[in-house]
Amino acid sequence: MADLSIDFCGVTSPNPYWLASGPPTNSGEQVMRAFEAGWGGAVWKTLGEPIVNVNSRFGAMDIGSAKVAGFTNIELITDRPLAANFTEMAEVKKRYPDRALIASLMVETREEWREIIRRSEDAGCDAIELNFGCPHGMCERGMGSAVGQEPRVLAEIASWAKEFSSVPVLVKLTPNVGDILEPGLAAVRAGADGLSLINTIKSVIGVDLDLMTPLPAVGGEGTHGGYCGPAVKPIALHMVGALARDMRIRTPLSAIGGVSTWRDAAEFVALGAGSVQVCTAVMHKGYRIIEDLTEGLSEFLDARGMASLTELMGQASPNFREWGDLDLNYRIVADINPDTCIGCQLCYVACLDGAHQCIHTSQSPCHAWHGEPDHAQGPRAQVAAPMEHAAPANMDSRTPWVDEAECIGCNLCALVCPVPGCITMREVAQGSSRESWNERLEAADPQSQG
Amino acid sequence: MPTEQDTSRLKSNRLERHFEDSKPPYSAGEALIEADRCLYCHDAPCVRHCPTTIDIPKFIAQIASGNTRGAATTIFRQNMLGASCARVCPVEEMCVGACVYEQFNGQPIAIGRLQRYATDTACADERSSGRPLFTPAPPIGRRVALIGAGPASLACAAHLALAGVEADIYEREELPGGLNTTGVAPYKMQAESSLAEVEWLLSHGARLRAGVRVGEDIAFASLLEEYDALFIGVGLGRGRTLNLEGPGVWGATELIRAIKTEEGFALPAGASRAVVIGGGNTAIDIARELALLGVTEVTLAYRRREAAMSAYAHELAAARRCGVRLRENLRPLAAVHRGGALCGARFQEVGGNDVVELACDLLAVAAGQTTGVQALGAGVRCNADGTVWVVPGTRRTSLNRVFAGGDCINGGREVVDAAADGRIAAQDMLAAWRSEAARRKRNG
Ligand SMILES: Cc1cc2nc3c(=O)[nH]c(=O)nc-3n(C[C@H](O)[C@H](O)[C@H](O)COP(=O)(O)OP(=O)(O)OC[C@H]3O[C@@H](n4cnc5c(N)ncnc54)[C@H](O)[C@@H]3O)c2cc1C
Ligand SMILES: Cc1cc2nc3c(=O)[nH]c(=O)nc-3n(C[C@H](O)[C@H](O)[C@H](O)COP(=O)(O)O)c2cc1C
Ligand code: SF4
Ligand code: SF4
Ligand code: SF4
Repeated sequence: MADLSIDFCGVTSPNPYWLASGPPTNSGEQVMRAFEAGWGGAVWKTLGEPIVNVNSRFGAMDIGSAKVAGFTNIELITDRPLAANFTEMAEVKKRYPDRALIASLMVETREEWREIIRRSEDAGCDAIELNFGCPHGMCERGMGSAVGQEPRVLAEIASWAKEFSSVPVLVKLTPNVGDILEPGLAAVRAGADGLSLINTIKSVIGVDLDLMTPLPAVGGEGTHGGYCGPAVKPIALHMVGALARDMRIRTPLSAIGGVSTWRDAAEFVALGAGSVQVCTAVMHKGYRIIEDLTEGLSEFLDARGMASLTELMGQASPNFREWGDLDLNYRIVADINPDTCIGCQLCYVACLDGAHQCIHTSQSPCHAWHGEPDHAQGPRAQVAAPMEHAAPANMDSRTPWVDEAECIGCNLCALVCPVPGCITMREVAQGSSRESWNERLEAADPQSQG
Repeated sequence: MPTEQDTSRLKSNRLERHFEDSKPPYSAGEALIEADRCLYCHDAPCVRHCPTTIDIPKFIAQIASGNTRGAATTIFRQNMLGASCARVCPVEEMCVGACVYEQFNGQPIAIGRLQRYATDTACADERSSGRPLFTPAPPIGRRVALIGAGPASLACAAHLALAGVEADIYEREELPGGLNTTGVAPYKMQAESSLAEVEWLLSHGARLRAGVRVGEDIAFASLLEEYDALFIGVGLGRGRTLNLEGPGVWGATELIRAIKTEEGFALPAGASRAVVIGGGNTAIDIARELALLGVTEVTLAYRRREAAMSAYAHELAAARRCGVRLRENLRPLAAVHRGGALCGARFQEVGGNDVVELACDLLAVAAGQTTGVQALGAGVRCNADGTVWVVPGTRRTSLNRVFAGGDCINGGREVVDAAADGRIAAQDMLAAWRSEAARRKRNG
């Protein structure tokens, strides 16, 4: 069994999975149940001056019958008394000393920061996380994403925290910025020991067309909320990956955003994350998802012959390139496996209407196959296209076939095919060697790169 | 189903009321989940296997998007009997049997149940909102008489009425709906659903003249004189009896009709053994109905081997699940009576010399129906098997201005085939009148 334990800027936990700050970490009773279920750590629901929440406060985007593909909330920080939170925190740490316990904090003035950090440390937390991310409710009060979006303010508060804190300081970043490197760098320069990202994305999850109200609806009204859940993973992957690759940022990254399976977690780690936080998936399915989060991850590592999670960390990073560095001469074509094809012809229509018109069916065979002129003009991929291709063996079959000479390898067909593995992309050996756009530019005009 | 009104002609103490739906209606949630599975195939094979070529991926996507009225409209445009077809179509042999999921995981989309959900929900909405799904066009000054108020005529009349044609349906029985009302198995659909559908179809403007036997009460020729066009939708004639007679012996369709529509009808007291003769779907239906009504031993006696049966395999399998047993290679000889009561049926074993006697206190004969169009005295050309000859693409008969559809042209298929015939004939009539009008206009 691979070793899943982590050391994240001095904070250790038996596995990389922490509950993100949110409803699942609202109380000691909950966090203890989560630790009992196997969670490696928990970032407590953000503490600060207790607030008042509104209702309803959640909204979800379903895609067909896939529930909660995206999630939103307009909840604020904790609405429970600070004293109760700290008492429970201390009890949790006492009972589960091996788990990571992190206090998420959000207050305004320098004095308030000093005070709340002291009380957090007294309660026994292993680290603090500065919530500079919440995009609703708190930012209007000059906190949350109002801080996260202002690198200067962010750096100032982060340096206070460093000054007051004897435990590691994590800064939680908001994705509601043009370039994530700016707040990331500001936090690191102010001394942050680690970065957590992403917090939620400013969004309107939907509109109730009966009430004519943005969702979630508070009575007959609504406001923008913070978007999260599976749908935001690609955005989080990009941001975590960008920070991980930046040589100026050498602090560990706690990845958050849409993690619901071990595979999501492995992807974040492969792009450079050191721990993974989860909120929506737990709100959807409960703490026990930790079982396969850990079992699946360790099975994956075992299968790859990796003895520990650290071996996976950053593995995919070097393969991330700018577009201009990608190989223009790499060529693949789609292969349809007639044995598993069920004849839905989604690939056909996707290629016809949405791509390059190179899949054909017995009802609508290729023009070229009929000896008519090619239906597409202009340059294609760099192949000298032999225009004759054999008709499929069985003209009654609904299985489409790919005109290989025309296929540009975009892989749309493989993405829409409902049968796993039925359409594969096969590499076509090329005479020419690797050449990127940047190389081409350079060859054309050596000065321009100087 | 469209409405619950005017089923008053039906009494509530009918035997069919004992049956439950074999495929109960979907809740909204169930429908959404099932609709979501549909792949929205291109050139979808399910559509190709629906005789009325309903755009199935489209209507399913409309259910999924929440446009249930749109889904129903998509269905009805092609098949005005979409509500009953959703219940009675042998979908395993049609749309569902062709669904691509068959080859994937063997779990095809439940197209019939989705169709039922869409049509029932939309018709309920039509009633509660008062917004009709269809608005008939203004009168175009044409009149059509339709003979028989079965699915074929009803579909044709509804399409015509929506196009502004005056459509009069002549039906010899008091209850309209043809075999949809009196024949289809009650675990698929009961008579009130069929009558409610008839009512909805007629609500678009067609008129029903019940209790009129064309050929007896009114001559075919006089209808032809009075109307711009005629549609023959008389179905089939009486069931064959194979000379099996006497107390306790029933024609299958008569027995089914009694179960479905007769007030206070009951099986003979204490009937515990029944024999059904035949190998088609009607034989299977009555066998399954008897088993479901509590007859403990139901035997299906067929004169050839199972593989030669015209009944659908899925229907036979369902009957077997209800306890029906099949006996192959038995050619019926006679009903056996003792003391005036039925006690068995005697068979000759095919390919052997044995005479087999099966004890029973109820014998149902489902040996097919004869054709019945001859009674009309219409003089249309018929095929060798007695069905009406029509031009395939238009359903025109050999007589000018006379169309036909349904069981009387195909020898007994499904409701959906009748619905397709009705629409195709209506479309051809309308097209002919349109080009006639255009011609007249051109010639000044
Ligand atoms: C027992 C049984 C079960 C069936 N189950 C199914 C099923 O599950 N699914 C399915 O799709 N199909 C089923 N069918 C077949 C289906 O019912 C028929 O295909 C369909 O009803 C044919 O419609 P039609 O309009 O052609 O004829 P019919 O339904 O037979 O209607 C003809 C109408 O014309 C009237 N008529 C006849 N002569 C005259 C006259 N001279 N004047 C006035 N009126 C006249 C009759 O009274 C009748 O009402 C079943 C049939 C039977 C017998
Ligand atoms: C209902 C709700 C409340 C949240 N509250 C907080 C919070 O108090 N502090 C905080 O830093 N993040 C909060 N978040 C953001 C999450 O910690 C996390 O960054 C975000 O949801 C993305 O992760 P996910 O896709 O796993 O949910 C909240 C999220 C949700 C859904
Ligand atoms: S999408 Fe896949 S299953 Fe469907 S026709 Fe194309 S190859 Fe076959
Ligand atoms: S009418 Fe019948 S065959 Fe056609 S789609 Fe509906 S259920 Fe299937
Ligand atoms: S074949 Fe099946 S999956 Fe495809 S459109 Fe028809 S019902 Fe949907």
